[in-house]
Amino acid sequence: MKGRPENLSPEVEARPVILEIDGLTHYFDSLRAVHDFSVTIKEGELVGLIGPNGAGKTTVFNLITGVYRPTAGSIRYEGVQLIGLPSHEIIQMGIARTFQNIRLFANLTVLDNVLIAYHPHSGYGLADSIFRSRRFREREKAMIERSQEFLEIFGLADRQNDIAGSLPYGLQRRLEIARALATQPRLLLLDEPAAGMNPQEIDQLMELIHFIRDRFQLTIFLVEHRMRLVMNICEWITVMDFGEIIARGKPEEVRGNPQVIEAYLGRQAIR
Amino acid sequence: MSVTVEARRIEQRMLQRRNGVVLNRISQVVFALAGILVLYVVGRAAAANLGVFFQQVLNGFQLGFIYALIALGYTMVYGIVKLINFAHGDVFMVGAFVSFFTISLLNLHQWPLAVWPGMNPTAAMVIGTVTVILASMLTCALLAVTMERFAYRPLRAMPRIAALITAIGVSFFLEYFGGLPFVFTNNYITYPRPFEVFVLNADMVPPLWLGILWGMCGIAAIVYGILKVLGNRGNARAQAWQRNPFLQFGMLFGGFLGVALTIIWLTPRLVRTHFDLTASNAMLIIMGISVILLVILQYIVRYTRIGKAMRASAYDKPTSRLMGINVDMVIAATFALAGSLAGAGGVLYATAYNRIHHLMGIIPGLKSFVAAVIGGIGSIPGAFVGALTIGLVEVLSAGFISSPMRDAVAFSLLIIVLLIRPQGIFGEAPGEKV
Amino acid sequence: MRQLLRNTNFTFILGAVLVFIVVQALISLGVLNAYWQGIIFWGAAITMVSLGLNLIYGFNGQFSLGQFGFYAIGAYASADITYRWVRNDPSALVVVIFGSILALALMFGVSAFLRRFYGVATLTKFLFNFLAAVLGFFLAVRFVNPAIGKVIYAALNALPSGISQQLIFFLALVGGATLAGIVSYLFGIPVLELGSDYFGIATLGFTIIVKVLLDNTDTILPFPEMKGARGMVGIPKWTTWPWVFICFMAVVLVMRNLIHSSTGRAILSVREDERAAELVGIDTASQKILAFVVGSVFAGLAGGIRAHDLAFLHPTTFGFLPSFNPLIIIVFGGLGSMTGTIITGFFWIFLLEGLLRLYLPEGFETWRFVVYPLVLLLMMLLRPQGLMGRYEIAFLRRPLPPLRVKEASPVQEVIPQAGEVTA
Ligand SMILES: Nc1ncnc2c1ncn2[C@@H]1O[C@H](COP(=O)(O)OP(=O)(O)OP(=O)(O)O)[C@@H](O)[C@H]1O
Ligand SMILES: [Mg+2]
Repeated sequence: MKGRPENLSPEVEARPVILEIDGLTHYFDSLRAVHDFSVTIKEGELVGLIGPNGAGKTTVFNLITGVYRPTAGSIRYEGVQLIGLPSHEIIQMGIARTFQNIRLFANLTVLDNVLIAYHPHSGYGLADSIFRSRRFREREKAMIERSQEFLEIFGLADRQNDIAGSLPYGLQRRLEIARALATQPRLLLLDEPAAGMNPQEIDQLMELIHFIRDRFQLTIFLVEHRMRLVMNICEWITVMDFGEIIARGKPEEVRGNPQVIEAYLGRQAIR
Repeated sequence: MSVTVEARRIEQRMLQRRNGVVLNRISQVVFALAGILVLYVVGRAAAANLGVFFQQVLNGFQLGFIYALIALGYTMVYGIVKLINFAHGDVFMVGAFVSFFTISLLNLHQWPLAVWPGMNPTAAMVIGTVTVILASMLTCALLAVTMERFAYRPLRAMPRIAALITAIGVSFFLEYFGGLPFVFTNNYITYPRPFEVFVLNADMVPPLWLGILWGMCGIAAIVYGILKVLGNRGNARAQAWQRNPFLQFGMLFGGFLGVALTIIWLTPRLVRTHFDLTASNAMLIIMGISVILLVILQYIVRYTRIGKAMRASAYDKPTSRLMGINVDMVIAATFALAGSLAGAGGVLYATAYNRIHHLMGIIPGLKSFVAAVIGGIGSIPGAFVGALTIGLVEVLSAGFISSPMRDAVAFSLLIIVLLIRPQGIFGEAPGEKV
Repeated sequence: MRQLLRNTNFTFILGAVLVFIVVQALISLGVLNAYWQGIIFWGAAITMVSLGLNLIYGFNGQFSLGQFGFYAIGAYASADITYRWVRNDPSALVVVIFGSILALALMFGVSAFLRRFYGVATLTKFLFNFLAAVLGFFLAVRFVNPAIGKVIYAALNALPSGISQQLIFFLALVGGATLAGIVSYLFGIPVLELGSDYFGIATLGFTIIVKVLLDNTDTILPFPEMKGARGMVGIPKWTTWPWVFICFMAVVLVMRNLIHSSTGRAILSVREDERAAELVGIDTASQKILAFVVGSVFAGLAGGIRAHDLAFLHPTTFGFLPSFNPLIIIVFGGLGSMTGTIITGFFWIFLLEGLLRLYLPEGFETWRFVVYPLVLLLMMLLRPQGLMGRYEIAFLRRPLPPLRVKEASPVQEVIPQAGEVTA
């Protein structure tokens, strides 16, 4: 199948496709940030995307979530063409993401951050909130409770009324994931979730990722530089360099691939 | 699970959707038709009355060049501190009043004659006028720097809105302080021009001059063309020369003077019977002085140390600071430049329209700001092009649509341009940022 | 009793009712003369405009200088309705009310239609909505008014005169506010796309265009009764304290309830980080339009109140200089603080139009505007975050949900085995 390694287990191959990117190409003016990028992800998989700095990984995420409109190519999510849709509709269809450089609503409380992501599912309208109808009160209460559950999972429950910007860095990263989950996704895109974490924190994060995947039946596509995390949790990995895919395969295969080593360490490393 | 049900529903809705391209095409056609209709109506009115049309174009250029001087101040200040300096229009007003006082109280425009009584009157007029303008420029530069020092600098670390409110405050202050009876009073005052205004006629423009001007303009154009071709081939030196202010000066100055004088020269010979245009020496002087100032500015920004520092600070203040640029000083210099241009603009405006008032800065200030935005804020050529556009559109709409609507038309143009090209006409080239 | 006093809703209502009664008593007893009464009404109107602007700028982050344009639209529209009504001409009432209804219905239809497409450009959206609105009002002028104008007139006049007057006034206020809302919607669709600074400039342009049109209502626009730059006289003076109070409280309550809801949080998220909001699934474009329209409706309502208090409208009232007042008020009061806006809004008018105008010595009238920018400067230098910062009185404060009673468990304990936690 296009955009997948050959040697995955038949059991995985039998699952339905959730995300199918084909021939994705994007130019910033004359800079070719992504070129002919194809990846197919099946439901429930945990796929990694790695590559040296500036390879175009974040750009791929931005293209999936509709931040930019690609120059060419197609992105299908559960069969629906995403290109041309506004970001918020893509998110509402069930794709959520986090940001490489944290983008929380820094002046709002932790709980608000999660509640905002719930907004499309709030279930009440303008009139309900202006007249404080019963539906408003019920739904609002339910929303808050659901959000608090998320915060509990991420160990943020007791800080729900803190200002998000005042949290320590590690907690902010977690809050970003919590917020992403509150949009009720089926596909989660994580952009360098372990950036700036120490090894213990990375171990915790790995467990957390596994946990949320099982708990919310997620498919996860993640970008990461920390090999410790990628090699341990990803089922298979795509490597890109200068916007193009240079390798894909199981972690141990990728690790030994000379092209990958070259991309990361330069030509000298091979000689 | 309810989540998936919800998601499937959204997805179903998505699948049923169609591409809106056809609708977009339809609306583009409608907008284009509306635009063509407006152009047709205005164009027909203009064609029916070509004389008025050409006269208005001349007037429009005169106004546009003055707007350009003010617009540059807005654009430079916005480029470097991201502040809409609402008080800039009032600096312009102060410039006009300073020249009023230097002329009516000090007789500054006649100092060469007072010192050397036997002097050639034309030379004396030129020197006197330039002195008056310089005096206004200097005062306004000082005013702008003071403003920056005491009203804006203390707020630089604050959110931008604080500085904006202060700018509004400074603007009100200048307007109403100026309106006090012992300052500028709140009446319209007739402005004593620094030189006599007369209507040009053919005898004043010998064909020889015209020939020289056209030659200048033509040579500059040819040189520019050659450089452009070379530059497009990737010749770095040609690219640099292409942006040389003196070359541009030749193009602009020669071109405009050439066109204006040709019109004047031709007027009585060919056209007067049909068109009946009038142009005054004030018109030419205003355009000429504006062009000279613009070129000087372009030179400063492009080639001097301070100009380079300005561009660097506009691009990235913290880094510039790390590179050893005194950003505060650079900002002050920017304000000084902006203020002096506005001061010159004030003198020229007063000379052109002959009346001054303590609130006269508001509308030209806003229009120049609009011009800066239309041209692409932060861009010097943009401000220039935008100002000419606004000047022309304003004067033409006064002539052919309806006089009271001129302001509304200018602002509608702003909204339309912003919708089509939010960064303005020249807004993309960050190399020109100041 | 103490329990009750601690209930913020109760104390707020109590306070509001007390204010109402006290002011009403002062007016009835003649302690407040017409001038000071006017100042209070004016303060309320400006505060309503400023609250609207605070919603747009303070809460939604869209820097707007256009509030006075909508204030003017509301004022002139509602004034025209009553002006014509008292001269036995129901046309303005019928056109504005039925035109708005038709236009809203058509615009709703257009939006539903456009939702069946993706990739619709904003200008397309604008064009279709614009045509729908124009069609709506055209139908009202051309068909509805000739058909039922007389009937409506007769029907309303059949009511007791006091009641019919109050009803007309109510409809005029609603009509003015709705019209402001419709215009702001049409204007907002394309222009809100521009992002903060450019949006501000475009709205400034809007205010100036409105001002120019008002100057020429009798020449360019077909409304001779508005008398262009000479000013519209003969508007019935119907604004009374109860009306001011009701409208003001309605604005405050609507705004509070809006902000403290899911929609309100979405509006805030746009201010915080528009891109991030978009990427957690918030339709930022509609949030911006919503805030803008609601803010403009407030301004339009305030315009109606002001017009029927002044009984005289002049374009300079809505000119360039006064149009900065709401901005100054909300920055002074604290961006994103309703309390601050309310306090400074009233204070501003009291100070500028009340105290300074009355108590400055003769000849110092003009000094008012020299002193006021200096105060502005000092204020900005000394307290740039505004008087109140983001402080709110209890009733207006965003409720912080209590912590969950359940023991908050650290991550390590929750996670290890997925099976442990039941979904
Ligand atoms: N908005 C933009 N405009 C212009 N160029 C951009 C833009 N965003 C990214 N680029 C360029 O595109 C290329 C790919 O960038 P991208 O952020 O996708 O890399 P990345 O793989 O995520 O790198 P990193 O590991 O550092 O996060 C880079 O050369 C970058 O400079
Ligand atoms: Mg990246």
